[in-house]
Amino acid sequence: MKLRRAGILYPFLILFVVLSVSSAPFFTRVNLLDILDQQSATLIIAAAGTLVLVAGGIDLSVGAVYALAGVTAAHLALFAPPTLAIVAGVAVGLGVGLVNGVIVTAFRINALIATLAMSFVVSGLASLVTGGNLVIDYSHPGFADLARTSFLTVNTSTWTMLAVVIALAVVLSRTTAGRYMYASGSNAEAARLSGVRVQLIRLTTFVISGGAAALGGVIDASRVLSAQASNGETTLTFTVLAGIVVGGTSILGGEGAMWRTAVGVLFIALIGNGFDLLGLNPLYEQIALGGILLIAVGYDAWSRLRQP
Amino acid sequence: MPRQGQGPHVELAGIGKSFGGVRALDGISLTIERGSIHALVGENGAGKSTLGKILAGVIAPDRGQLLIGGEPVAFRSPREAILRGIVLIAQELSIAPALSVAENVFLGTEPRRAGFVARRALRRRYDELAAAAGFELRGDLPGRGLRTADQQKVEILRALCRDARLIVMDEPTGALGQSDAGRLHEVIRRLAAGGTTIVLVSHFLREVAELADQVTILRDGRLVRTAPAAAETEDTMLSSMLGRSLGAAFPPRGPVPPGAPVVLEARGLSAPGVHDVSLEVRAGEIVGLAGLVGSGRTELARALCRANRVTAGTVSTAGGPLAGHGPWTALRAGLAMIPESRKEQGLMLGRPIAENVSLASLARLSDLGLVRRRAERQAVTGALGQVGVRVAAQTAPVSTLSGGNQQKALFARVLLRRPRILVADEPTRGVDVGAKRAIYELLTSLAAEGLGVLLISSDAEEILGLAHRVLVMRAGRIAAELRGEAMTEAAILAAAFGAPEMGV
Repeated sequence: MKLRRAGILYPFLILFVVLSVSSAPFFTRVNLLDILDQQSATLIIAAAGTLVLVAGGIDLSVGAVYALAGVTAAHLALFAPPTLAIVAGVAVGLGVGLVNGVIVTAFRINALIATLAMSFVVSGLASLVTGGNLVIDYSHPGFADLARTSFLTVNTSTWTMLAVVIALAVVLSRTTAGRYMYASGSNAEAARLSGVRVQLIRLTTFVISGGAAALGGVIDASRVLSAQASNGETTLTFTVLAGIVVGGTSILGGEGAMWRTAVGVLFIALIGNGFDLLGLNPLYEQIALGGILLIAVGYDAWSRLRQP
Repeated sequence: MPRQGQGPHVELAGIGKSFGGVRALDGISLTIERGSIHALVGENGAGKSTLGKILAGVIAPDRGQLLIGGEPVAFRSPREAILRGIVLIAQELSIAPALSVAENVFLGTEPRRAGFVARRALRRRYDELAAAAGFELRGDLPGRGLRTADQQKVEILRALCRDARLIVMDEPTGALGQSDAGRLHEVIRRLAAGGTTIVLVSHFLREVAELADQVTILRDGRLVRTAPAAAETEDTMLSSMLGRSLGAAFPPRGPVPPGAPVVLEARGLSAPGVHDVSLEVRAGEIVGLAGLVGSGRTELARALCRANRVTAGTVSTAGGPLAGHGPWTALRAGLAMIPESRKEQGLMLGRPIAENVSLASLARLSDLGLVRRRAERQAVTGALGQVGVRVAAQTAPVSTLSGGNQQKALFARVLLRRPRILVADEPTRGVDVGAKRAIYELLTSLAAEGLGVLLISSDAEEILGLAHRVLVMRAGRIAAELRGEAMTEAAILAAAFGAPEMGV
């Protein structure tokens, strides 16, 4: 029982120690901060995705929203004030999230299919915004301030990530809304009969997820000062989901925690970092990742079977 | 096929079984003759279904011995029982809707050729089997949309094609109309005449009296007696099943103060399964809602609590008519519900006990949306104490509690919400005798404190023992209202079945 609760923590710590011992550049301030900085968008999106999963939904459109928000903000930053670009990018994501939520709750369409369909629509919109080109902002460095301002020697992208993850962790574990998310995902009918407005709660999680995906896209666009309509968006969606699930949040809803997601995402990031630092063939990284994901999901299913 | 030996088909000696410390069966010894129809009767929770499942290898007994044809056996799975010719037909039928009748019958034992189902052989074998059983049921009908009676036939044929010599039927006519039940009775008689032993688990005493050769009566997991059905009447069976005086089992109920205000009122309420129902519940009153399964009791409860959409009519509480949709509207007006199925509609099984209990009252236990955890812990402790549940840790999953305590945890959730009206749908289903008694006391004391209670139960005893007034539903309508002297089991059954007279 204790082992189950700790779950991903032990593999994560073991990997951390192994990498620290086997690779000199791993356990350095620069490398570790670099990992956090690179993962900030993924962590923000995964934190919101945790809420969606706990409440019994799933959001496959985050990669597309990330891309659309990134190109929208980068495009606007070419001629508009950076603040407006940022706000517009996030607003686009909140809008898509709202549409996702309405489709899933009001029209009762399966979240998996609804958000998959939306991800195609949103990808198409992103291509429309860019006209199929890469948007580059090197001549408008003001937009970079969002992610690349250093505060207490750490980038603002990392600070933003920490703020969002902690805020969403508080929402999930300490607020009534968080309790209602667990209830909606664990037993929707019981929640409804207890006065929980299940559909409203689920809709909210989709809006948060859309907003978070957009924030991630805007931060990354600001970090690298460019954005592209189809920048590995499917990969991002699956990396986010993999991080959440490897952490131990159930794909079936009602179980999960924010720290699990953080550890899960970082675990996957460490595997990538380790492959780089140790000079291993990156081809095997994907295979390793897939195997770990299967183990995580299998373990979840197995422990549910054993529940009294 | 097991040898058609002499002597009894099945002998049980000292069979006992406990679930989580609750004795479901204790010291059951009985003999089932070959080719007989042997009925098991008893109240809900008396252990008859458990006994049927032990016979069929679904569950293993903790104590005692099972002899089939004189040989001791210890089934570890239903498959092993099937190999000995014993098949259980459960209450919930399992028909694959996408397969035809014949395919359903031979599911898993299809005649095969080179890995493919031999369709023609399947059809031929089905026709032979159906003819042998005397069924007129076409093999090419789709499983989807089969009437319950025909699904029963499929299950019986499935049993026969597995060479069943003993079929355990758990409430086979529970969901059947009268003519279908009659047809099934003929089938059962024919099977028995052909040498198949039938163990019939049934609630319907009339059915048992008409159909069975032998009757075994169970009460609270113990065997009362086994006797030839000819020696029994519905009355003698009923009194042995109950075997308790009402006064001893139910706490005394206080009178409803004259002039107590009406706390729940429905006028012309219609909803799916409910037609034009009007009713009143007053403060301090327990109103029993009786009726057959499927008569619309649960649908009415859900319509009252705004869990189902209302198509016409009004529901009012002390605060005026309910407006808006959704159970939260009803809860806000002080109308709370204990749902029919605690696992499917009540509990979040994987979540902590505390979260389950506080769920409906979080608004009161929070500031600015943040849950006040100490206040929550104290409130949960208080509510659990009120319903008499002691837990080692509130953080343990609610699934670790026993069935009775799970049910009490649901009561704790509702009480913490401080409702003015409680609609309890089958609140004692699947709980042991002790927890039952505790729930009865809880309901009575809540009413004494001024709560209005609408109690739905299939157990007429329970309704008669607790309610001040009884409403009987039939086909979605209130068929009768019984008060005082008119509150009898016979009157309830007569109204529920719609028969002018129905002696019990």
